[in-house]
Amino acid sequence: MMATPSPHGFARNVGVPLAPDWFEQVAVNTPAAERRAESLAGRRSLKKEWQAAWLVNAIRCMDLTTLAGDDTDDRVARLCAKARSPLAPHILVGLGLGSVQTGAVCVYPTLVAAAVRALAGSGVPVASVATGFPAGLMPLDLRLAEIRYAVDQGAAEIDIVISRALVLRGDWAALYDEIAAMRAACGAAHMKAILATGDLATLRNVYKASMVAMQAGADFIKTSTGKEAVNATLPVSLVMLRALRDYGTRTGFKVGFKPAGGMKTAKDALAWQVLMREELGRDWLSPDLFRLGASSMLGDIERQLEHFVTGRYASSTRHALA
Amino acid sequence: MVTVTEILETMEYGPAPEASGDVRAWLAARGPFGHFIDGEFTKPGALFGAVNPADGQVLAEVSQGSTKDVAAAVAAARAAQGPWAALPGHERAKYLYAIARHIQKRERFLAVLEVLDNGKPIREARDIDLPLVVRHFYHHAGWAEMLAEEFPGAAPVGVCGQIIPWNFPLLMLAWKIAPALAAGNTVVLKPAEYTPLTALAFAEICAEVGLPAGVVNIVTGDGDTGAALVAAKVDKIAFTGSTEVGRLIRRATAGTGKKLSLELGGKSPFIVFADADLDAAVEGVVDAIWFNQGQVCCAGSRILVAEAAAEVFTARLTARLAKLRVGDPLDKSTDIGAIVHPVQLARIHDLVAEGQAAGACLVQAECQLPAKGNFYAPGFMTGVAPANPVAVEEIFGPVATLTTFRTPAEAVELANNTRYGLAASIWSENVTLALDVCSKVKAGVVWVNSTNLFDAGAAFGGMRESGFGREGAREGLAEYLAAPEVAAVPEAVALPPNAAPGAGAVAEPLDRTAKMYIGGAQKRPDSGYCYAVVAEGRTLGLAPLGNRKDIRNAVEAAHKASSWGKATGHNRAQVLYYIAENLSARAAEFAARLESAGGDGAEVEATIRRAFYYAAQADKHDGAVHATKSAHVTLAMPEPFGVMGIACPNDAPLLGFASLVLPAIAMGNRVVAIPSETMPLAVTDLYQVFDTSDLPGGVVNIVTGPRDDLARTLAQHDDVSAMWYCGSPEGGAMVEAESAGNLKATWVLKNRDWQGAGAQGRAYLDRATQWKTIWVPYGE
Repeated sequence: MMATPSPHGFARNVGVPLAPDWFEQVAVNTPAAERRAESLAGRRSLKKEWQAAWLVNAIRCMDLTTLAGDDTDDRVARLCAKARSPLAPHILVGLGLGSVQTGAVCVYPTLVAAAVRALAGSGVPVASVATGFPAGLMPLDLRLAEIRYAVDQGAAEIDIVISRALVLRGDWAALYDEIAAMRAACGAAHMKAILATGDLATLRNVYKASMVAMQAGADFIKTSTGKEAVNATLPVSLVMLRALRDYGTRTGFKVGFKPAGGMKTAKDALAWQVLMREELGRDWLSPDLFRLGASSMLGDIERQLEHFVTGRYASSTRHALA
Repeated sequence: MVTVTEILETMEYGPAPEASGDVRAWLAARGPFGHFIDGEFTKPGALFGAVNPADGQVLAEVSQGSTKDVAAAVAAARAAQGPWAALPGHERAKYLYAIARHIQKRERFLAVLEVLDNGKPIREARDIDLPLVVRHFYHHAGWAEMLAEEFPGAAPVGVCGQIIPWNFPLLMLAWKIAPALAAGNTVVLKPAEYTPLTALAFAEICAEVGLPAGVVNIVTGDGDTGAALVAAKVDKIAFTGSTEVGRLIRRATAGTGKKLSLELGGKSPFIVFADADLDAAVEGVVDAIWFNQGQVCCAGSRILVAEAAAEVFTARLTARLAKLRVGDPLDKSTDIGAIVHPVQLARIHDLVAEGQAAGACLVQAECQLPAKGNFYAPGFMTGVAPANPVAVEEIFGPVATLTTFRTPAEAVELANNTRYGLAASIWSENVTLALDVCSKVKAGVVWVNSTNLFDAGAAFGGMRESGFGREGAREGLAEYLAAPEVAAVPEAVALPPNAAPGAGAVAEPLDRTAKMYIGGAQKRPDSGYCYAVVAEGRTLGLAPLGNRKDIRNAVEAAHKASSWGKATGHNRAQVLYYIAENLSARAAEFAARLESAGGDGAEVEATIRRAFYYAAQADKHDGAVHATKSAHVTLAMPEPFGVMGIACPNDAPLLGFASLVLPAIAMGNRVVAIPSETMPLAVTDLYQVFDTSDLPGGVVNIVTGPRDDLARTLAQHDDVSAMWYCGSPEGGAMVEAESAGNLKATWVLKNRDWQGAGAQGRAYLDRATQWKTIWVPYGE
């Protein structure tokens, strides 16, 4: 019997005063990080029931996302229907599962209301991007107002974007203050800090920005908006997980991780989960500490699961569109 | 049956076994195996089992090679060698290319077979060993194609006996066979007793591609078969294995004229500086000592970590250790497979216990080991003092030692505090520091911020007691090529030195006092004796009768002159030019003295030319940047050995000495030279030239006396890294045998026409240097 997993009951990260000495001297060797990330897929293999379970888990941890200029209320409603029932009934039966839902639905602020309506009673939270997504180049007061708007509309999770310029300039105090203000604006809503790692250029910058975001109180750190030239990659994720581990060692807080953008296949879903398991452990395979920001990945997962259940290769035309 | 719901709770990996049915079916159908000789499998002889270390089951039976089998294989190789070498390089290239292609098509089969026979995890066989095997054959197909152009005048060595270990059975086969065949040699290869099967599958591939019969011969068996191969009529022995067996082979081949390359044990340092990416270094340990169950000769088995980083590093290493999965080698999620043999497993247990008894603390993965098979939980030992046996002995298992250091200088000192010199791994984000340590660490391969990187285009091999010779790249190919033949000239026989007075009237009216030259000063012999130097019936003078203590003093003096090795090639060239200049100023005097002793005054001019030649080479005989992996700088750097012993011919007392000593010092070595025993005075006069030429004291040390006695002391000296000997065949054999103590590189030269072309050239420089390969991955 499986349902939406219960929260693990750990304390929410409240942040700490800015402490640059936690990250300013950080050493990240890029070729070594790439080597680790590259070899990981070959070090762990998931077959049969195990692969199926891990793919179902990916769905549980998925922020099913639409962030397009042509999004409409109806389009969002359709996505929400898929979030409620991401797998066709016969697949669920074949897997021996009762129900499965995605971790959340992620939309623009003006579509939060539509999503909340469509998900009413499902328990699936609505996440909203905010703070001038994706570039974040808006006055701070407008960005904070946007957070409050989205929360007001019913968003339970806010995916904020950080000011990349502050990272590139090394202005950690300003970055910290902005993120802390955003965290305050989120209130009870959980805040995911999007670092837009594709814009940060170096893995050291990724580590530093991760640490500042956590010190400023982020509940999750997230790789990308999906709009940068390079989005979630395994080496970037590896470095963020190590920052997250180091923050946890120092403070005791567990912070979540969300890779987003560019992950399209069931294989990607497994690769990132293996990374979480190997670098952080079992706790980071539950939706309160791990989310996959993806749109098209679900379709591939559903096809793989159908194959597992039926033994026949699947056609997406038989699966409900997101 | 576990359900998806249950797995969703635990999020465990579950089993992911690689299928082995096809391979097992082949073994059942093909076994028991004979040897592969002259293109065919022989009828199986006395059999022994190839055992799967993961479950103790016999996989197949193979034949114990006898002396007769070895002789048949060598005869087949001999018969095939001429025609094989006579093929155009392009034809040999086609065969090597075909082998590469066929291995590629059989990659999974060979990987599974290797796992069954050796116990290594399928991931490593599949993702590391096999791709490297294929790469090696492709790379050497290229060398076969280019050989005539790139090595003009060089010839193959002939028939090569090759003995390989069990830790990377097919990869070591590739490292041995590919360069040998490319260069026109034929081979008799003996795979390790524990792991013969992939070599036999390789033999099938040789047959499949139509390789001419006798070019590759595989004889299986144990150490006795190996010994028979060493003793057989082969032209070269290439051995990879333990230092202990390497020493036996060095002694067994001494004086036989067999070319030798040895790739032996190691206790390689893994140096972590405080400014390193510690997580990267932790993963490095995984790829170093927890790779292939730690059964890796170049494994970074001695972790040296800066005190400032030790606590964090140790904590992270402990956490990482807990993630390792030990078990079924065929499972795709296994990190640590089975130890190759119960004997090895017992050795690991014993050594670790010894280390604990000596005060080390074992941190070991808490994992459930399989009930059957040779498994060992990986770990590392802390609190390991340099005197602890586990800091000295190669464990050859998945257990590293961890020792802290305070300063970079101490890190280098600890790193070099070993009899071995195979590899080193250096972790620091400071490129200045990292490259400084690269230059100071005694190792044939150095990896910066990485470990266990291999490529056919990069040389691999050791310094010190890790052996000599290289595998891979141009440097490795040279091991399978013979230099153009130099005609031997019989040497004048020396009478035993006579230290008694009254041997004859001293020719010169004014008494001349020849002394030895040690540490830049003239020294009297420790013995207090001199011997008469006699030529054409006249006593020309008295020369000091050197003994072992004079050698000891000279070696110590040579060690003190270590800054010579760090001087620029330009600086060394200046000194060599200056020697030429000062000798030129006294040329008439030197020539006259040579002639008065019945020698050839022309030696002086030739010596001046020689000094010019090696001065010219001093800053030009340099290394290369090899094309290996993308975003890696792979440097090949020739390094001086350090302190070399040189026993000079009796003939050409000045020029013979110069022909050997000048290239050695041009490359940065310091030399203890034994000049012509019969006419040492030609050289004892030289110290005045050295003194006026800014040659630092200790760079050239001259000990006169009975050559072979002194050469024996030098050959036995553990603090001498290389030894050249020109003299009698018996003396050469003695030097080669005695060199086994510290496995110093030796070169036994025939006496030759010292005015001729064979008395000078790059061959001398190659023999005066050893290759260091430095890997520096880059990227941001």
